[in-house]
Amino acid sequence: MHPVVKLVTQRLALGLLLMLAVSALIFFGVEALPGDTAQAMLGQSATPEALANLREKMGLNEPVLWRYGHWLYGFVTGDMGVALTNGEDIAKSIGSRLGNTLFLAFWAALISVPLAILLGLLAARYNGRWPDRLISGVTLATISLPEFVAGYLVLYFLAVKLQLFPAMSMVFPGMGVFERLQAIILPVIVLVMVVLAHMMRMTRAAILNVMQSAYIETAELKGLSPLTVIWRHAFPNAIAPVVNVVMLNLAYLVVGVVVVEVVFVYPGMGQYLVDHVTKRDLPVVQACGMIFAAVYIGLNILADVVSILANPRLRHPK
Amino acid sequence: MLDQAKPSLLEIKNLRIEATSYPPGEAPRKVVLVDDVSVAVEQGKVLGLIGESGAGKSTIGLSAMAFARGGARLAGGQILLNGRDIRSAGPSDLRSLRGREVTYVAQSAAAAFNPAKRLMEQVIETSLHHKLMTRAEAEARAVDLFRKLGLPNPETFGTRYPHQVSGGQLQRAMTAMALCPKPDLVVFDEPTTALDVTTQIDVLVAIKAAIRDTGVAALYITHDLAVVAQVADDILVLRGGKKVEYGTTDQIINAPQQAYTQALVSVRSIDHVEKADTAPVLSVANITARYRGTNFDVLKNVTVDLSAGQTLAVVGESGSGKSTLARVITGLLPTAQGRITFAGRILSPDLASRSKDDLRELQMIYQMADTAMNPRQTVGTIIGRPLEFYFGLKGDAKRKRIQELLEEIEMGAGFIDRYPAELSGGQKQRVCIARALAAKPKLIICDEVTSALDPLVADGILKLLLSLQAREGVAYLFITHDLATVKAIADKIAVMYRGQVVRYGSKTDVLTPPFDDYTDLLLSSVPEMKLGWLEEVLASRKMESGGN
Repeated sequence: MHPVVKLVTQRLALGLLLMLAVSALIFFGVEALPGDTAQAMLGQSATPEALANLREKMGLNEPVLWRYGHWLYGFVTGDMGVALTNGEDIAKSIGSRLGNTLFLAFWAALISVPLAILLGLLAARYNGRWPDRLISGVTLATISLPEFVAGYLVLYFLAVKLQLFPAMSMVFPGMGVFERLQAIILPVIVLVMVVLAHMMRMTRAAILNVMQSAYIETAELKGLSPLTVIWRHAFPNAIAPVVNVVMLNLAYLVVGVVVVEVVFVYPGMGQYLVDHVTKRDLPVVQACGMIFAAVYIGLNILADVVSILANPRLRHPK
Repeated sequence: MLDQAKPSLLEIKNLRIEATSYPPGEAPRKVVLVDDVSVAVEQGKVLGLIGESGAGKSTIGLSAMAFARGGARLAGGQILLNGRDIRSAGPSDLRSLRGREVTYVAQSAAAAFNPAKRLMEQVIETSLHHKLMTRAEAEARAVDLFRKLGLPNPETFGTRYPHQVSGGQLQRAMTAMALCPKPDLVVFDEPTTALDVTTQIDVLVAIKAAIRDTGVAALYITHDLAVVAQVADDILVLRGGKKVEYGTTDQIINAPQQAYTQALVSVRSIDHVEKADTAPVLSVANITARYRGTNFDVLKNVTVDLSAGQTLAVVGESGSGKSTLARVITGLLPTAQGRITFAGRILSPDLASRSKDDLRELQMIYQMADTAMNPRQTVGTIIGRPLEFYFGLKGDAKRKRIQELLEEIEMGAGFIDRYPAELSGGQKQRVCIARALAAKPKLIICDEVTSALDPLVADGILKLLLSLQAREGVAYLFITHDLATVKAIADKIAVMYRGQVVRYGSKTDVLTPPFDDYTDLLLSSVPEMKLGWLEEVLASRKMESGGN
């Protein structure tokens, strides 16, 4: 078998295994909490008979492994159960929320990833000179601000003072793409500020590392300009470390945006999760946990696969 | 030497190159790398630059492209390329001459090719970048060069990645890369030094033919006078950044004027009379070994004997199993089959179950003295460690013995408190020898101990090893790929090829015809210090070197 196929298959299998482990952790973790779903639904004043009835009805008396299997099977087939608080189908509510979160993450990534790589290339090109210091200084300053501070600063200046963009990022079904984009400009700016520095620094470091290689001298002695040398000869060899950091940041854009969504009242996964944690709606928390884990693991596998594909020794064996 | 009527292609006048060194804890210091060097290269001629490491030969070679490595400055003099001074040219002027007028072939092609790009892309990059040819023209020229340089399947060779071809092929591909844009001058920086001796000769032939066919001028940098004698018209001998001697190849080889040049020409002329067999100190019988997790025997049925106080040289190219044999004898790699007898005892195959005496009496010296010593320990600590460990010496007794050992390696007691970083390459290797001697061994395994050293320094180490052997009666298992070294030191020789001993016996027997095909190839590939050797040897070879 081609080594790439083998390695990629291994990574995928490992990812599935990891996903299974995470699902067990989420399910049994919630299971270990005091009280159960029936208790949570009926509250403190429930009579023992009502609890027993509800447990019987919800299948809570079945053995725990059976319930885990049932839950996992439901999850895989798209049935995540119903929310305790409002009886809505979880899969359906999450569907639109996840769509919103991905929409926000997509635009933030579309701006931040190319920008970070471009800035990283420039910083490496002018290593130690003023463009490098300026880029590093500004991006480090933006990453040092906590997201909510950055969020409120952006709100204050761009929405309140200059009134350029709406302060609330409300989106609803039936909204046009252009209106949606207008609504999410502020959270996108904040997210770009948060993730830019990490990816930029990694691109810069990876390229400077490669710049020590003998083949960079070969390229310089061909008479290529410094940026051509970096772009054509250094960057292709710096992809693997850069991709890993990019994927971690993409995962953050999906999984870690809770604060930003709350600041801008954006109806995404983060808000949904926070709402239901406060209401102790365990099935929803479990479902959100699974989706976040899947995104995280999926993107990291993708990073591994891209790194494997970027390695010519694996792509073209002897 | 210079023809005044015809201007030289490259003329370097009174070149001075400086760098700034930053010793820790001291004020920055100015270091002169090259001082007052003048040379000229005419169209289509080859100038050899020769000297030991630190002589400034690569620095001068790169100055022909107005390039200075890591913080060095072209501080003074003139570098006239095609009549104009490029020493103070601006960045865009430099970019337009690099790759167009002058190209470069690096010592390690394996490191000098970008691992992420196909060979063809890299070979034609310069021609396309400077808009010298269309892509089709450049590719056609590249294929033509691949064919001229004797690369396999020239039409498809360029579609491969650097890791998919051998070291010798890469070196030739690098030559093709340098010749593709039709430059006026090519700088060859030790292009064959990293190759096996049997591969070196093929690459040398290919380079020489390519220079002749394309009519390009060249600067050929090497530390091996015998190699440069085969390709150069003129030779500049350098030492410590200064000119020692500059003349035609014929004059330098046959009538050297300076003492240093004479020493270079007569290097490796140690006369060593082989000793008769005595009782063996080491018997290796039918050894077979493989690395864990593989099903390939790296050693197949190897049998050799080594008499007490003598030297067995194990010769072969990289991958022949020489170093593996050392690992097996030291117990680092347990044998699969066979038996090792040492000093009358049967050695246990793995290191952990050997007695302290087994460990003490069998010492090792490595190729890279640099990495074989702890950089944070003084010479005294390094040599004192085995004295303490094996003999329990302490305090004054230990210090006295260390001083004796330092005298033995001809370094003197003054070195006892120095750190490895303060020693030269030859001195480092001497300290490693002293450390091995400290254990009073019966056998020292020397793994390519002179390969990383300059010829004159290597000569000194070999002489030291021989005198120590005469005095202490220690036996050497001497692993090397260099046949000149073998002639200088061996009593017995084992020639290894693909994990097997193909020829074994006393030095005289092994080096006397009739040869088997492999030994013939190996022996005939060693460059000889005479003009026209390359052509002679090609006419009389029996076997092609192995696919390189």
